[in-house]
Amino acid sequence: MYTAGIDVGAKTVKIVVTQDGKIVERQIVSAGQDAQAAIEEAWQSLDTPLADIGLIVATGSGRKSTKRANGYVTEVAAAAKGAQKTEPEVRTVVDVGAEEGRAIRIDENGKVVDFAINEKCAAGAGAFTEAMARALEVDLPTLAAMSLKSTGNVAMNAQCAVFAESELVTLVHSNTPKEDMAKAIHDAISDRIVSMVRRVGMAEEVMLIGGVALNNGFVASLANDLETSVIVPQDPQLVSAFGAAILGEEGNYAESLSETME
Amino acid sequence: MAKYPTETLLSWSKAKEIRETYYKNYAAAHDKGGIRWVGGAWTFDAVPAGLGGDVYSLTSEPYGASCAFNKDFSTRAMEAAETAGYARDLCAYMRNYWGSILMNEYAFGGPFPKPDFIWQDHICCSHAKWYQVVSELEGGIPMFCVDVAVGPAEPFGTLTEAKIDYVAGQILDGIEWLEKTTGRTYDDELFIEACWNDFRSTSKWAQVCELNKAVPAPLDEKTMYSLYVLATLQKSWGVVADYYDELYDEVKDRVERGIAAVPNEQARVMSDTQPPWSALKLFRYLEQYGVVSVGSLYTFGLEGMWDFDPATGDLVPRPMPAKKPTTREEAARELVRWHLHKPEYQHFYDCDYKSQMMIAICKNWGLSGVMLHYNRGCEGLSLGIAENRLAIQEAGYPVMTFEGNMGDEREFDLGRTMQRVDAFMETLGVKKVAA
Repeated sequence: MYTAGIDVGAKTVKIVVTQDGKIVERQIVSAGQDAQAAIEEAWQSLDTPLADIGLIVATGSGRKSTKRANGYVTEVAAAAKGAQKTEPEVRTVVDVGAEEGRAIRIDENGKVVDFAINEKCAAGAGAFTEAMARALEVDLPTLAAMSLKSTGNVAMNAQCAVFAESELVTLVHSNTPKEDMAKAIHDAISDRIVSMVRRVGMAEEVMLIGGVALNNGFVASLANDLETSVIVPQDPQLVSAFGAAILGEEGNYAESLSETME
Repeated sequence: MAKYPTETLLSWSKAKEIRETYYKNYAAAHDKGGIRWVGGAWTFDAVPAGLGGDVYSLTSEPYGASCAFNKDFSTRAMEAAETAGYARDLCAYMRNYWGSILMNEYAFGGPFPKPDFIWQDHICCSHAKWYQVVSELEGGIPMFCVDVAVGPAEPFGTLTEAKIDYVAGQILDGIEWLEKTTGRTYDDELFIEACWNDFRSTSKWAQVCELNKAVPAPLDEKTMYSLYVLATLQKSWGVVADYYDELYDEVKDRVERGIAAVPNEQARVMSDTQPPWSALKLFRYLEQYGVVSVGSLYTFGLEGMWDFDPATGDLVPRPMPAKKPTTREEAARELVRWHLHKPEYQHFYDCDYKSQMMIAICKNWGLSGVMLHYNRGCEGLSLGIAENRLAIQEAGYPVMTFEGNMGDEREFDLGRTMQRVDAFMETLGVKKVAA
C-alpha cells in the first residue's frame, strides 16, 4: 500500500506518492481557476493506481478542496518534515510559495521548534516577484538570470509590493540597468524572508523550498543575506507534499479539517 | 468521556448584570440630578466618588472594547473617526470612542451621553490626547489629568515618598478642582470608603486569578474577561468589591471539587495583550484541543494587584493595606502607592520587568506555551512584546504570535489565526480531543 501527500497551493497542486519513506511518484499540475478540477487532474495523472493508495494526507492553503483526503497537516508541519527527510542535517526551513513565506526551525526529527509566517503581505512571497517581472516586462526565468548579472547595488525601499512597483517605475525612468533592478527585487523579498528567519533563529543547515526556490536570483540574494549557503533540493516545490506523505506514514496527522477550513 | 467535571459559573450572570447596570446608570445619571464623568480605566475612580453617591462614570477602554464586540457599530464608529481625519493607526479603543461621539450613538442604545467633566491620568501617549479630543468634540468639557510617570515600583524600582507626594499632590489638587467644577462639597468619608473598595476589588481579583494555578483550571480566559472587566469599570464601587468576594468563594469551591473550565484539559497556555474583542471564539477554538488559556499578565495584572518576588520568581496577590486610611491625605497616598504597583505599569519603564512577570506565570501556572497577540490597536500594552517573546522562549516556553487589533476587526484575520493555532498545537504535540 502507498501513501500520498497532496499540497494544494495558490498556483499549483503537488502530489507525492511514497512507500516506506521513499518517493515512488511525483506530480505537479497548475491549479488554474478550478482547484477541484486541477486536483482531480493531478490524481488521474498518476501512474500509481488510486486504489493502491491507502492513505492521503492533504496540506496547503487549498487542502479543504481535497475530497479524497483522509488526513490533514498544516503547511508548517509538512514543510518541516519534508525538508528534514530530504536532508537530515537541515535545521532551518525557508518555504516561499506564491502567496506565503515561512521560516521554520526544526529539530533532528523534523519537529517544529518555532515558526514565522508573513502576514497579509505579498512582498514576502512569489506574487511579489511575479508582479515585478510583469512591471519590467520580462518572464520570471529572465528576471532571475538578469539578477545574477547585476554589478550595482540598488535598494528598493518600499515595504509594500504595491509601492515597490511605483518605485520600480522611478528606477526605470532613472535609466537604472535592468540587471540591477532585478537584483534589487530579489534583495527586497529576501530582506523580508530573512527577518522571519532571524526571528525564529537560524541554525544550519538551511534549506529553501517552495516554488520561489526555482528562482536562482532569489536564491543568491537569500544566501547573501543569510551569509551562508542555502540547500535547494531537487523539485523544491514538492517538499511539502513529501512531508505530508511521511507524516501520514508516521500516523501524525489530523483526521478532520480545522473548522476554519470548512 | 470528559476527563474532568465541568459546571457553569454561577456568578457569571451577576457580573453581566452589574456591567449592564453600570452602563445604564451612566446614561441615566442626569435624570435624578446625578453627575456623569469620563476617564480611563486606570484613572483613580475612587476620587470622584467623594462627590456623592450619585456620581457615575464611563471608563474609556472597556467602552471601546464593548464597541469592538459589536462589529457593525465599531465599523461605523471607525469610519466616522477616519472621515473626521483621525488616522487609522491610532488606538482602536480611542477611535471607537470618538466615533461614538461623532455619530452621537451610545453602544448601549440612544444618543451618546455627554459627561460633566473628565478625570483622567496619562498612562500612555494615546491616553494623554484622548480626552483632549473628547473635550473638543463635545464643545469643551472641563478636564483634569494626573501624571503618573514616576518610574517603576518595587521590586523593579523604588516608590520613594517624593514620588508618592508628586502623584498624591495632584490628586489633592484634583479634589479641589472637582469641588470648583461641580459646585459640590467633597466628602472624605466617601473617598476613603471608595479607596478601600478599590483595594478590596483589585486584591481579590488577584486572588481569584491565583486559584487558576489549580489543575484543572477552574476558569478559562474568555470567561475571565467577563469578570475582570468590572474592575475596569469602577473598582471603587462597593458592588464590584462585594462581587469579587462572592466570585472568589465560588471559584475556590470549584478548585476543591476539581471543576474544570475545559473538561478535557490537556495543556495550558496564556495569552497577552488585549484579545481581538470581535473574535473571542479563538479561545473556544483552543478548547477543541483541550487547551485552556489560564489568563495572562493582562488579565491578571491590568486590575489585579500583585507582588512579584524575583527571588522565588513568583507572583502573589498583594495583601490589603494594613489599616484603612483615616484622612483624605492618607487615602490619596495609599491609593497612589497601591496603584503604581500595578504590574501593567511596569513595562512602560523596561520590557524586561514584564518578561520576568510573564515567565513567573509560565512557571507557576504550569504552562505548555504562550500565545502573544501582536496588537496593533494598543501602543501601550504591546510595547516591548517582541522582547517579551524572546525572553519567554529563552526561558524554555514555546511561543506563537499572531497579528491583530483588539478594537478594529478589519485588522484581524480569524481564519488565518486559527491556522496558526493549528500549527502551534502541532509544535506542542497536542492533538484535538474527541468531541
